[in-house]
Amino acid sequence: MSTADATTPVVEPLRPIRSGRSRNHAEQWSWLFMRGSGVLLLVLIFTHLFINLFSGDGVNQIDFAFVAGKWASPVWKIWDFVMLVLAMIHGGNGMRLLINDYARETWMRKTLKTLLTACVATIVVLGSLVIFTFDPCPLDASGDLLPGVPTFCEDVR
Amino acid sequence: MTATAEAPTKAGEVPSFDVTLRIQRMDPDGTPDHPAGEEYWEEFTLTMHGTDRVLDALHKIKWDVDGSLAFRRSCAHGVCGSDAMRINAKNRLACKTLLKDLNPKRPITIEPIKGLPVEKDLIVDMEPFFASYREIMPFLMTSGPTPERERLQSPEERARFDDTTKCIMCAACTTSCPVFWTDGQYFGPQAIVGAHRFIFDSRDEGEWDRLEILNDKAGVWKCRTAFNCTEACPRGIEVTKAISEVKKALNTGAV
Repeated sequence: MSTADATTPVVEPLRPIRSGRSRNHAEQWSWLFMRGSGVLLLVLIFTHLFINLFSGDGVNQIDFAFVAGKWASPVWKIWDFVMLVLAMIHGGNGMRLLINDYARETWMRKTLKTLLTACVATIVVLGSLVIFTFDPCPLDASGDLLPGVPTFCEDVR
Repeated sequence: MTATAEAPTKAGEVPSFDVTLRIQRMDPDGTPDHPAGEEYWEEFTLTMHGTDRVLDALHKIKWDVDGSLAFRRSCAHGVCGSDAMRINAKNRLACKTLLKDLNPKRPITIEPIKGLPVEKDLIVDMEPFFASYREIMPFLMTSGPTPERERLQSPEERARFDDTTKCIMCAACTTSCPVFWTDGQYFGPQAIVGAHRFIFDSRDEGEWDRLEILNDKAGVWKCRTAFNCTEACPRGIEVTKAISEVKKALNTGAV
Protein backbone atom coordinates (compact mmCIF):
# COMPACT_ATOMS: atom_id res chain seq x y z
CA MET A 1 0.00 0.00 0.00
CA SER A 2 1.58 3.27 -1.03
CA THR A 3 0.65 6.57 0.49
CA ALA A 4 -0.96 7.64 -2.76
CA ASP A 5 -3.83 5.21 -2.09
CA ALA A 6 -5.05 7.26 0.80
CA THR A 7 -5.52 10.42 -1.27
CA THR A 8 -6.24 9.10 -4.78
CA PRO A 9 -9.92 8.32 -5.15
CA VAL A 10 -10.56 4.84 -6.47
CA VAL A 11 -12.28 5.08 -9.84
CA GLU A 12 -14.65 2.18 -10.28
CA PRO A 13 -14.43 0.82 -13.85
CA LEU A 14 -17.67 1.50 -15.66
CA ARG A 15 -19.58 -1.70 -16.20
CA PRO A 16 -21.22 -2.37 -19.55
CA ILE A 17 -24.99 -2.17 -19.18
CA ARG A 18 -25.57 -5.32 -21.20
CA SER A 19 -24.94 -8.79 -19.83
CA GLY A 20 -23.71 -11.55 -22.10
CA ARG A 21 -23.12 -11.64 -25.82
CA SER A 22 -25.34 -13.17 -28.47
CA ARG A 23 -25.82 -16.85 -29.07
CA ASN A 24 -24.39 -17.83 -32.45
CA HIS A 25 -25.88 -14.96 -34.44
CA ALA A 26 -29.38 -16.11 -33.43
CA GLU A 27 -30.86 -12.64 -33.91
CA GLN A 28 -29.27 -12.30 -37.33
CA TRP A 29 -30.78 -15.62 -38.45
CA SER A 30 -34.12 -14.57 -37.02
CA TRP A 31 -33.98 -11.30 -38.97
CA LEU A 32 -33.04 -13.06 -42.23
CA PHE A 33 -35.71 -15.74 -41.72
CA MET A 34 -38.40 -13.09 -41.25
CA ARG A 35 -37.50 -11.48 -44.58
CA GLY A 36 -37.20 -14.76 -46.50
CA SER A 37 -40.34 -16.36 -45.08
CA GLY A 38 -42.26 -13.10 -45.49
CA VAL A 39 -41.62 -13.02 -49.25
CA LEU A 40 -42.41 -16.74 -49.59
CA LEU A 41 -45.61 -16.41 -47.55
CA LEU A 42 -46.83 -13.59 -49.80
CA VAL A 43 -46.64 -15.94 -52.82
CA LEU A 44 -48.05 -18.96 -50.96
CA ILE A 45 -50.96 -17.15 -49.31
CA PHE A 46 -52.07 -15.08 -52.29
CA THR A 47 -51.96 -18.11 -54.60
CA HIS A 48 -53.94 -20.03 -51.99
CA LEU A 49 -56.53 -17.26 -51.76
CA PHE A 50 -56.76 -16.95 -55.56
CA ILE A 51 -57.27 -20.69 -56.10
CA ASN A 52 -59.85 -21.00 -53.32
CA LEU A 53 -61.81 -17.76 -53.66
CA PHE A 54 -61.48 -16.47 -57.25
CA SER A 55 -60.80 -19.25 -59.72
CA GLY A 56 -63.64 -21.57 -60.79
CA ASP A 57 -66.89 -20.90 -58.92
CA GLY A 58 -65.18 -18.66 -56.41
CA VAL A 59 -66.11 -18.76 -52.77
CA ASN A 60 -69.21 -20.92 -53.41
CA GLN A 61 -67.13 -23.90 -54.51
CA ILE A 62 -65.61 -24.50 -51.07
CA ASP A 63 -67.04 -27.62 -49.46
CA PHE A 64 -65.74 -30.95 -48.23
CA ALA A 65 -65.40 -32.25 -51.79
CA PHE A 66 -63.34 -29.23 -52.87
CA VAL A 67 -60.86 -29.72 -50.04
CA ALA A 68 -60.76 -33.46 -50.66
CA GLY A 69 -60.09 -32.81 -54.34
CA LYS A 70 -57.25 -30.44 -53.58
CA TRP A 71 -55.61 -32.75 -51.08
CA ALA A 72 -55.76 -35.67 -53.52
CA SER A 73 -52.74 -34.01 -55.14
CA PRO A 74 -49.40 -34.08 -53.27
CA VAL A 75 -48.62 -30.58 -54.61
CA TRP A 76 -51.39 -29.04 -52.53
CA LYS A 77 -50.53 -31.19 -49.54
CA ILE A 78 -46.96 -29.88 -49.55
CA TRP A 79 -48.16 -26.37 -50.40
CA ASP A 80 -50.47 -26.26 -47.40
CA PHE A 81 -47.86 -27.88 -45.15
CA VAL A 82 -45.18 -25.31 -46.07
CA MET A 83 -47.70 -22.50 -45.64
CA LEU A 84 -48.69 -23.84 -42.21
CA VAL A 85 -45.13 -24.25 -40.93
CA LEU A 86 -43.82 -20.94 -42.30
CA ALA A 87 -46.83 -18.95 -41.09
CA MET A 88 -46.61 -20.43 -37.59
CA ILE A 89 -42.85 -19.87 -37.23
CA HIS A 90 -43.01 -16.41 -38.83
CA GLY A 91 -45.87 -15.36 -36.57
CA GLY A 92 -44.36 -17.08 -33.54
CA ASN A 93 -41.03 -15.35 -34.06
CA GLY A 94 -42.81 -12.01 -34.37
CA MET A 95 -44.57 -12.69 -31.08
CA ARG A 96 -41.22 -13.64 -29.53
CA LEU A 97 -39.82 -10.23 -30.50
CA LEU A 98 -42.85 -8.51 -28.97
CA ILE A 99 -42.43 -10.51 -25.75
CA ASN A 100 -38.74 -9.54 -25.64
CA ASP A 101 -39.73 -5.90 -26.05
CA TYR A 102 -42.59 -5.63 -23.64
CA ALA A 103 -42.21 -8.32 -20.94
CA ARG A 104 -39.85 -6.77 -18.39
CA GLU A 105 -39.68 -9.53 -15.77
CA THR A 106 -37.64 -12.66 -16.52
CA TRP A 107 -40.33 -15.01 -15.18
CA MET A 108 -42.98 -13.33 -17.32
CA ARG A 109 -40.78 -13.55 -20.42
CA LYS A 110 -40.08 -17.24 -19.78
CA THR A 111 -43.75 -18.06 -19.11
CA LEU A 112 -44.98 -16.26 -22.24
CA LYS A 113 -42.29 -17.81 -24.44
CA THR A 114 -43.07 -21.31 -23.11
CA LEU A 115 -46.77 -20.77 -23.83
CA LEU A 116 -45.96 -19.42 -27.29
CA THR A 117 -43.71 -22.38 -28.15
CA ALA A 118 -46.38 -24.81 -26.94
CA CYS A 119 -49.06 -23.12 -29.07
CA VAL A 120 -46.87 -23.07 -32.21
CA ALA A 121 -45.84 -26.72 -31.74
CA THR A 122 -49.41 -27.90 -31.08
CA ILE A 123 -50.86 -26.14 -34.12
CA VAL A 124 -48.06 -27.32 -36.42
CA VAL A 125 -48.41 -30.93 -35.22
CA LEU A 126 -52.23 -30.96 -35.45
CA GLY A 127 -52.21 -29.22 -38.85
CA SER A 128 -49.61 -31.62 -40.27
CA LEU A 129 -51.59 -34.60 -38.98
CA VAL A 130 -54.71 -33.35 -40.74
CA ILE A 131 -52.89 -32.71 -44.01
CA PHE A 132 -51.01 -36.01 -44.18
CA THR A 133 -53.55 -38.43 -42.68
CA PHE A 134 -56.53 -36.97 -44.50
CA ASP A 135 -58.71 -39.62 -46.14
CA PRO A 136 -62.06 -38.47 -47.56
CA CYS A 137 -63.37 -42.03 -48.07
CA PRO A 138 -62.35 -44.17 -45.09
CA LEU A 139 -63.13 -47.92 -45.33
CA ASP A 140 -64.21 -50.25 -42.56
CA ALA A 141 -62.55 -53.61 -41.74
CA SER A 142 -64.40 -55.47 -44.50
CA GLY A 143 -63.33 -52.99 -47.18
CA ASP A 144 -66.69 -51.18 -47.52
CA LEU A 145 -67.15 -47.46 -47.20
CA LEU A 146 -67.94 -46.28 -43.71
CA PRO A 147 -71.47 -44.88 -43.25
CA GLY A 148 -71.78 -41.13 -43.64
CA VAL A 149 -68.99 -40.62 -46.21
CA PRO A 150 -69.68 -38.10 -49.02
CA THR A 151 -71.56 -39.34 -52.05
CA PHE A 152 -68.66 -38.81 -54.44
CA CYS A 153 -66.81 -41.67 -52.72
CA GLU A 154 -69.04 -44.11 -54.64
CA ASP A 155 -67.71 -42.75 -57.93
CA VAL A 156 -64.10 -42.76 -56.78
CA ARG A 157 -64.27 -46.44 -56.02
CA MET B 1 -49.14 51.99 -22.83
CA THR B 2 -52.83 52.38 -23.69
CA ALA B 3 -52.83 52.09 -27.44
CA THR B 4 -50.37 49.23 -27.90
CA ALA B 5 -52.75 47.23 -30.07
CA GLU B 6 -53.06 50.05 -32.61
CA ALA B 7 -49.44 51.12 -32.43
CA PRO B 8 -47.96 50.84 -35.93
CA THR B 9 -45.01 48.52 -36.32
CA LYS B 10 -41.85 50.51 -36.86
CA ALA B 11 -39.74 49.58 -39.83
CA GLY B 12 -37.37 46.77 -38.95
CA GLU B 13 -39.16 46.03 -35.68
CA VAL B 14 -39.63 42.34 -34.87
CA PRO B 15 -43.28 41.47 -34.18
CA SER B 16 -44.02 40.11 -30.73
CA PHE B 17 -46.72 37.70 -29.55
CA ASP B 18 -47.93 35.93 -26.43
CA VAL B 19 -47.09 32.25 -26.16
CA THR B 20 -47.92 29.62 -23.53
CA LEU B 21 -45.35 26.99 -22.62
CA ARG B 22 -46.64 23.84 -20.96
CA ILE B 23 -43.66 22.26 -19.25
CA GLN B 24 -43.46 18.86 -17.59
CA ARG B 25 -41.73 19.33 -14.25
CA MET B 26 -40.34 17.08 -11.54
CA ASP B 27 -38.46 18.07 -8.41
CA PRO B 28 -36.57 15.22 -6.68
CA ASP B 29 -36.75 17.18 -3.39
CA GLY B 30 -40.41 18.15 -3.75
CA THR B 31 -42.07 21.57 -3.64
CA PRO B 32 -44.74 22.87 -1.25
CA ASP B 33 -47.41 21.84 -3.80
CA HIS B 34 -45.88 18.68 -5.17
CA PRO B 35 -44.29 15.72 -3.35
CA ALA B 36 -40.75 14.64 -4.19
CA GLY B 37 -40.45 12.94 -7.58
CA GLU B 38 -43.98 13.77 -8.76
CA GLU B 39 -44.27 14.70 -12.44
CA TYR B 40 -46.67 17.57 -13.11
CA TRP B 41 -47.41 20.16 -15.78
CA GLU B 42 -46.88 23.86 -15.31
CA GLU B 43 -47.87 26.60 -17.75
CA PHE B 44 -46.04 29.85 -18.34
CA THR B 45 -47.35 32.64 -20.58
CA LEU B 46 -44.68 34.93 -22.01
CA THR B 47 -44.42 37.72 -24.55
CA MET B 48 -41.85 36.65 -27.09
CA HIS B 49 -40.56 37.85 -30.45
CA GLY B 50 -40.68 36.25 -33.88
CA THR B 51 -36.93 35.67 -33.78
CA ASP B 52 -37.02 33.83 -30.44
CA ARG B 53 -36.36 30.14 -30.08
CA VAL B 54 -37.80 27.76 -27.49
CA LEU B 55 -34.51 28.10 -25.62
CA ASP B 56 -35.00 31.88 -25.35
CA ALA B 57 -38.43 31.25 -23.82
CA LEU B 58 -36.92 28.80 -21.32
CA HIS B 59 -34.24 31.38 -20.47
CA LYS B 60 -36.89 34.01 -19.91
CA ILE B 61 -38.74 31.68 -17.52
CA LYS B 62 -35.58 30.74 -15.63
CA TRP B 63 -34.19 34.26 -15.43
CA ASP B 64 -37.36 36.33 -14.93
CA VAL B 65 -40.22 34.07 -13.81
CA ASP B 66 -39.22 30.87 -12.03
CA GLY B 67 -35.56 30.28 -11.25
CA SER B 68 -36.20 26.70 -10.13
CA LEU B 69 -36.77 25.47 -13.70
CA ALA B 70 -33.93 23.10 -14.60
CA PHE B 71 -32.73 22.34 -18.14
CA ARG B 72 -29.41 21.75 -19.89
CA ARG B 73 -27.82 23.99 -22.46
CA SER B 74 -24.28 24.93 -23.28
CA CYS B 75 -23.53 26.58 -26.61
CA ALA B 76 -27.13 27.52 -27.42
CA HIS B 77 -26.34 27.31 -31.14
CA GLY B 78 -27.09 23.72 -32.11
CA VAL B 79 -23.54 22.40 -31.83
CA CYS B 80 -23.08 21.00 -28.32
CA GLY B 81 -26.22 18.84 -28.26
CA SER B 82 -27.12 19.60 -24.64
CA ASP B 83 -30.69 20.84 -24.98
CA ALA B 84 -32.51 18.03 -26.73
CA MET B 85 -36.07 17.86 -25.42
CA ARG B 86 -39.51 16.69 -26.49
CA ILE B 87 -41.22 19.77 -27.90
CA ASN B 88 -44.82 19.29 -29.08
CA ALA B 89 -44.23 15.52 -28.90
CA LYS B 90 -41.19 15.60 -31.20
CA ASN B 91 -37.57 15.42 -30.13
CA ARG B 92 -35.77 18.62 -31.10
CA LEU B 93 -33.05 20.96 -29.94
CA ALA B 94 -34.60 23.89 -28.05
CA CYS B 95 -31.90 26.16 -29.52
CA LYS B 96 -32.79 25.26 -33.12
CA THR B 97 -36.59 25.50 -32.84
CA LEU B 98 -38.22 28.87 -33.48
CA LEU B 99 -41.38 29.56 -31.47
CA LYS B 100 -43.14 30.97 -34.53
CA ASP B 101 -42.67 27.64 -36.33
CA LEU B 102 -44.60 25.80 -33.59
CA ASN B 103 -47.95 27.60 -33.92
CA PRO B 104 -47.66 29.87 -30.85
CA LYS B 105 -51.47 30.29 -30.79
CA ARG B 106 -51.66 26.95 -29.00
CA PRO B 107 -49.73 25.95 -25.86
CA ILE B 108 -46.33 24.48 -26.66
CA THR B 109 -45.65 21.32 -24.65
CA ILE B 110 -42.12 20.67 -23.47
CA GLU B 111 -41.09 17.36 -21.86
CA PRO B 112 -37.76 15.74 -21.08
CA ILE B 113 -36.59 13.22 -23.70
CA LYS B 114 -38.19 9.82 -23.13
CA GLY B 115 -36.63 6.52 -22.10
CA LEU B 116 -33.95 7.93 -19.79
CA PRO B 117 -34.48 8.54 -16.05
CA VAL B 118 -35.52 12.12 -15.27
CA GLU B 119 -33.31 13.82 -12.69
CA LYS B 120 -35.09 17.18 -12.49
CA ASP B 121 -37.53 18.95 -14.82
CA LEU B 122 -36.00 18.64 -18.31
CA ILE B 123 -32.71 17.09 -17.19
CA VAL B 124 -32.32 13.34 -17.69
CA ASP B 125 -29.61 10.89 -16.68
CA MET B 126 -27.60 10.41 -19.90
CA GLU B 127 -25.38 7.66 -18.50
CA PRO B 128 -27.17 4.65 -20.11
CA PHE B 129 -26.91 6.51 -23.42
CA PHE B 130 -23.17 7.19 -23.02
CA ALA B 131 -22.59 3.60 -21.81
CA SER B 132 -23.96 2.28 -25.12
CA TYR B 133 -21.65 4.63 -27.01
CA ARG B 134 -18.62 3.46 -25.01
CA GLU B 135 -19.44 -0.16 -25.77
CA ILE B 136 -19.03 0.25 -29.53
CA MET B 137 -15.44 1.51 -28.97
CA PRO B 138 -15.65 4.97 -30.56
CA PHE B 139 -11.95 5.45 -31.20
CA LEU B 140 -9.51 4.73 -34.04
CA MET B 141 -8.27 1.12 -33.96
CA THR B 142 -5.21 0.31 -36.07
CA SER B 143 -2.42 -2.25 -36.22
CA GLY B 144 1.22 -1.81 -37.16
CA PRO B 145 3.51 1.13 -36.44
CA THR B 146 2.09 4.62 -36.30
CA PRO B 147 2.86 6.45 -39.54
CA GLU B 148 4.95 9.62 -39.37
CA ARG B 149 2.37 11.65 -41.27
CA GLU B 150 -1.42 11.74 -41.65
CA ARG B 151 -3.34 8.61 -42.59
CA LEU B 152 -4.53 9.51 -46.07
CA GLN B 153 -7.96 8.82 -47.47
CA SER B 154 -9.62 9.54 -50.82
CA PRO B 155 -12.72 11.76 -51.01
CA GLU B 156 -14.74 8.67 -52.01
CA GLU B 157 -13.55 6.75 -48.96
CA ARG B 158 -14.45 9.70 -46.77
CA ALA B 159 -17.89 10.07 -48.35
CA ARG B 160 -18.94 6.61 -47.13
CA PHE B 161 -19.16 7.70 -43.50
CA ASP B 162 -19.44 11.47 -43.91
CA ASP B 163 -23.08 11.57 -42.82
CA THR B 164 -22.46 9.86 -39.47
CA THR B 165 -19.56 12.19 -38.53
CA LYS B 166 -22.14 14.94 -38.00
CA CYS B 167 -23.49 13.39 -34.78
CA ILE B 168 -23.45 15.69 -31.74
CA MET B 169 -24.69 13.05 -29.27
CA CYS B 170 -27.79 14.97 -28.22
CA ALA B 171 -29.73 11.67 -27.77
CA ALA B 172 -32.70 12.96 -29.78
CA CYS B 173 -32.62 9.85 -31.99
CA THR B 174 -32.14 7.23 -29.28
CA THR B 175 -34.88 8.69 -27.09
CA SER B 176 -37.32 8.86 -30.03
CA CYS B 177 -36.91 5.14 -30.76
CA PRO B 178 -39.95 3.04 -29.75
CA VAL B 179 -37.74 -0.02 -29.27
CA PHE B 180 -35.50 1.92 -26.88
CA TRP B 181 -38.57 3.09 -24.91
CA THR B 182 -39.73 -0.44 -24.25
CA ASP B 183 -36.33 -2.16 -23.98
CA GLY B 184 -33.50 -0.12 -22.48
CA GLN B 185 -31.08 -2.91 -23.37
CA TYR B 186 -31.13 -1.89 -27.04
CA PHE B 187 -27.96 -0.01 -28.05
CA GLY B 188 -30.10 2.66 -29.65
CA PRO B 189 -29.65 4.55 -32.93
CA GLN B 190 -26.89 6.86 -31.70
CA ALA B 191 -24.51 4.04 -30.72
CA ILE B 192 -25.03 2.46 -34.16
CA VAL B 193 -24.38 5.82 -35.84
CA GLY B 194 -21.20 6.14 -33.75
CA ALA B 195 -20.12 2.65 -34.78
CA HIS B 196 -20.99 3.33 -38.45
CA ARG B 197 -18.62 6.30 -38.42
CA PHE B 198 -15.67 3.95 -37.66
CA ILE B 199 -16.85 0.75 -39.38
CA PHE B 200 -16.90 2.45 -42.79
CA ASP B 201 -13.72 4.48 -42.20
CA SER B 202 -10.98 3.09 -44.46
CA ARG B 203 -8.29 4.06 -41.89
CA ASP B 204 -9.86 2.04 -39.09
CA GLU B 205 -9.22 -1.69 -38.67
CA GLY B 206 -11.59 -2.49 -35.83
CA GLU B 207 -14.70 -2.81 -38.00
CA TRP B 208 -15.33 -6.49 -37.22
CA ASP B 209 -14.93 -5.98 -33.49
CA ARG B 210 -17.66 -3.37 -33.67
CA LEU B 211 -19.83 -5.38 -36.04
CA GLU B 212 -19.67 -8.34 -33.66
CA ILE B 213 -20.84 -6.10 -30.81
CA LEU B 214 -23.73 -4.81 -32.93
CA ASN B 215 -24.62 -8.41 -33.88
CA ASP B 216 -25.62 -8.84 -30.23
CA LYS B 217 -29.24 -9.54 -29.38
CA ALA B 218 -29.42 -5.92 -28.18
CA GLY B 219 -27.84 -4.75 -31.44
CA VAL B 220 -28.93 -3.74 -34.94
CA TRP B 221 -31.46 -6.58 -35.27
CA LYS B 222 -33.70 -4.84 -32.73
CA CYS B 223 -34.21 -2.01 -35.22
CA ARG B 224 -37.72 -2.14 -36.77
CA THR B 225 -37.07 0.74 -39.18
CA ALA B 226 -39.63 3.02 -37.54
CA PHE B 227 -37.68 6.02 -38.93
CA ASN B 228 -38.32 8.03 -35.73
CA CYS B 229 -34.56 8.53 -35.36
CA THR B 230 -34.12 9.94 -38.86
CA GLU B 231 -37.01 12.32 -38.25
CA ALA B 232 -35.67 13.42 -34.85
CA CYS B 233 -32.03 14.04 -35.79
CA PRO B 234 -31.33 17.81 -35.57
CA ARG B 235 -28.28 17.32 -37.80
CA GLY B 236 -30.27 15.63 -40.55
CA ILE B 237 -28.30 12.39 -40.34
CA GLU B 238 -30.02 9.54 -42.19
CA VAL B 239 -29.90 7.33 -39.11
CA THR B 240 -32.12 4.49 -40.32
CA LYS B 241 -30.05 4.28 -43.51
CA ALA B 242 -26.85 4.03 -41.47
CA ILE B 243 -28.36 1.23 -39.37
CA SER B 244 -29.38 -0.61 -42.55
CA GLU B 245 -25.83 -0.29 -43.91
CA VAL B 246 -24.54 -1.95 -40.74
CA LYS B 247 -27.13 -4.75 -41.16
CA LYS B 248 -26.07 -5.18 -44.77
CA ALA B 249 -22.38 -5.38 -43.78
CA LEU B 250 -23.25 -8.10 -41.27
CA ASN B 251 -25.36 -10.05 -43.78
CA THR B 252 -22.94 -9.84 -46.71
CA GLY B 253 -19.74 -9.97 -44.66
CA ALA B 254 -18.36 -7.10 -46.74
CA VAL B 255 -17.65 -3.66 -45.31
